[in-house]
Amino acid sequence: MSESMKYFREQRLPHIWCPGCGHGTVTGALVRAITRLNLDKNKVVVVSGIGCSSRAPGYLDFDTLHTTHGRALAFATGVKLSRPELKVIVMTGDGDCTAIGGNHFIHAARRNIDITTIVMNNNIYGMTSGQFSPMTPKGMIGTTAPYGNTERSFDLANLAIAAGATYVGRGTAYHAKLLEDLIFQALQNKGFSVVEAVTQCPTYLGRRNKFGTVVDMLNWFKDSAVNVKAAAVMTPDKLAGKFLVGELYNKPDQEFTAAYDQLVAQVQRKFDSFKGGTRECAQNSD
Amino acid sequence: MTNVKLMQGNEACTLGAITAGMDFYAGYPITPSTEVAEICATELPKIGGKFIQMEDEIGSIAAIIGASLTGRKAMTATSGPGFSLMQENIGYAALTEVPIVIINVQRVGPSTGMPTSPAQSDVMQARWGTHGDHPIVVLAPGNVKECFDLTVKAFNIAEEYRVPVIVLTDEVVGHMREKVVLPEPGSVTIVDRQKPQSRANYLPFAADQDGGVPLMASFGDGFRYHVTGLFHDETGFPTNRGDIANASIRRLMRKVEKAEPLIRDYFTESTDDCELLVVAFGSSAMSSLSAVRQARAKGIKAGLFRPKTIWPFPETVLDELAGRVKRIIVPEMNMGQLVLEIQRIVGGRAPVESLTKVNGELFRPEEVLEAIVGGRK
Amino acid sequence: MRTEFRLSGSGGQGLLLAGIVLAEAAILDGKNAVQTQSYGPEARGGASKAEVVISESDIDYPKATDPDYLLALTAEAYRTYGKLMGKGLIILDSSVEATADIAARTVRVPILDTAATVIGKKVVANIVALGVLAGLSGIVKPATLELAVRNRVPQGTEDLNLQALRQGFELAAAAKVAT
Repeated sequence: MSESMKYFREQRLPHIWCPGCGHGTVTGALVRAITRLNLDKNKVVVVSGIGCSSRAPGYLDFDTLHTTHGRALAFATGVKLSRPELKVIVMTGDGDCTAIGGNHFIHAARRNIDITTIVMNNNIYGMTSGQFSPMTPKGMIGTTAPYGNTERSFDLANLAIAAGATYVGRGTAYHAKLLEDLIFQALQNKGFSVVEAVTQCPTYLGRRNKFGTVVDMLNWFKDSAVNVKAAAVMTPDKLAGKFLVGELYNKPDQEFTAAYDQLVAQVQRKFDSFKGGTRECAQNSD
Repeated sequence: MTNVKLMQGNEACTLGAITAGMDFYAGYPITPSTEVAEICATELPKIGGKFIQMEDEIGSIAAIIGASLTGRKAMTATSGPGFSLMQENIGYAALTEVPIVIINVQRVGPSTGMPTSPAQSDVMQARWGTHGDHPIVVLAPGNVKECFDLTVKAFNIAEEYRVPVIVLTDEVVGHMREKVVLPEPGSVTIVDRQKPQSRANYLPFAADQDGGVPLMASFGDGFRYHVTGLFHDETGFPTNRGDIANASIRRLMRKVEKAEPLIRDYFTESTDDCELLVVAFGSSAMSSLSAVRQARAKGIKAGLFRPKTIWPFPETVLDELAGRVKRIIVPEMNMGQLVLEIQRIVGGRAPVESLTKVNGELFRPEEVLEAIVGGRK
Repeated sequence: MRTEFRLSGSGGQGLLLAGIVLAEAAILDGKNAVQTQSYGPEARGGASKAEVVISESDIDYPKATDPDYLLALTAEAYRTYGKLMGKGLIILDSSVEATADIAARTVRVPILDTAATVIGKKVVANIVALGVLAGLSGIVKPATLELAVRNRVPQGTEDLNLQALRQGFELAAAAKVAT
């Protein structure tokens, strides 16, 4: 751990997260993966939106950008397209990423822009004290689902794959080493990478849903998670009520900013610079 | 002769932006602003710049803020519905002091309204559209050449004062083509943001409390600082301290207040001896200028005051005029928005009459002339 | 002296381009020119109008207030804008019948037909119309207009469009004799 401390803003600690919260574990996994890659801290930008997860960048010693709710990926797209040489990481939560930020998420995936997105999925809106999110399992209690959540939840990994992400993994705060390995791989994928980190919110999800202690919540992850390799030889009834962890997708494809730079090079060979005034254009509405 | 062109307003805005050093554009298609995006998509790659069509206007403004933080001059363009979607992040740019320029080509609202018809009904939204007290600068070109000039100026103000700047045009100004004599390359004044020299003791939001502007480091240059839309102290990290929030809001507002005499821009015609003053901006001022000239031909002592900076309003100039005219008429293609600011400044010294038009058509000069003549009876 | 043109028809007829070329020619002739338009949601069909104001001096108001020349290529455009005409001349495509309730001076010219049958390309009707407008108004030098057409039409169609323009000049000359 000592080696990875160089990536923290130690003077910003302690963090604001509740005792027992899993976000510190996820942040630790990210920093250990960065340490293994020995990234130049001057060339990393970490972007976040709004929520508990989005406070993480404040503790990290990079250029860090804490933006508006749901928009981290859109800000990050501007950073990355502007300076493709920078390593851009987005830290977001289940509400930030899949509800208010859902549109930016699928379009960042579609473009395959080289951004590594860590989604801290605690299945609840923690910062606003426990409303259900698009990732809250059906039946669970939230302050806005006092009789149990009636909505279906997203499968974030499948959503990311369908939208075009080229690296997708899932880990949990219990599977901390796996999580670190997945982030380590995700950071090396030249394209849009998503690591869903299932994490515990003892204060708002655990307490209301009678999960017991933090350890009980971590045991829930341990008992419910099945590694994708093991799942390959398991029958559907054995997989009922379980979720997959591990590397769920890894299929590199052409990256957006590189494709754009290629286009710029081609165009620059072909054209003189703009002088204006001779353009004719059609005008349509809406 | 090579610098004389028949040029469209939207085209002139874009060319002005490129002249000012804009090399990053993010936008979403919307009438009647779309030509700006189309020209950027075509021209920016030629100069090594970046263009991206985002998934919506919220993403567009977010992307230009991100790009500006890496040191680029960045812009977006939109119209009513898209401008509404951008409001939250306009506030973000104002609080985090990230220079950006937004071209808002006004059309008839509310809602989808009349997409292909002009209006001037975003005057108040441009000033107060995002929540909270915030600084902003709004410039209103009155012809195609000014689309060029004021977009250059918009970038210069954004860079110097680290504020979002809105260029408020409309469907008429944006789409009309007229003869434009472009300035010689190299003769245009270009302002770039002040950057810190070294990381040692860099405090990203440290500035003179009396409207000072902090030095702005670029992401990726080794400064490793934090930017947040929460209130923050001079280190950039969030704080809940009321005294710091109070000082921040006052400094941010003071930045623009202090800048007003320096950025102030307006046009006058026949105001030296006028008894009746028409105050109009943008395309309404074209009709008004014609009406004032016709009134003069009839022997009526009419004059025109046309602000090009509408927020902050060139208050002292109007204040001086208000003291010596008998009537003021304010034609606007809305239900009476800028007139409220004018009434505030005039403070009852002369009657201020609002002339409104919301049918998606420019005022005809006769309509303004009738208001001028009618009041003499 | 302010000269106002209103070019009206339906979307897709290329009247916006014709207006742009006319304005550009005026500028190349050293005059001031402003071109505006109004249009609906349709890219093709629907009502469409382009206006050009040309003057030796400063142009304050950009729109036509009492056009000196109205070009109407469709019956709808003729009825809508013809009724507004005071002093000006209406140039009406011969496919549209003139009506008694529109009192303004009117010449009927086979613009659409010339494009379709003489040139063999309906799409150049806008440039034929431009030739007619320029010929009847004498507002710009024919050589300047040819240059402006070359500047603004799509690459590879210059000769076709210049042929259309010259047909327009001839139609104007014939119309002048007739009036």
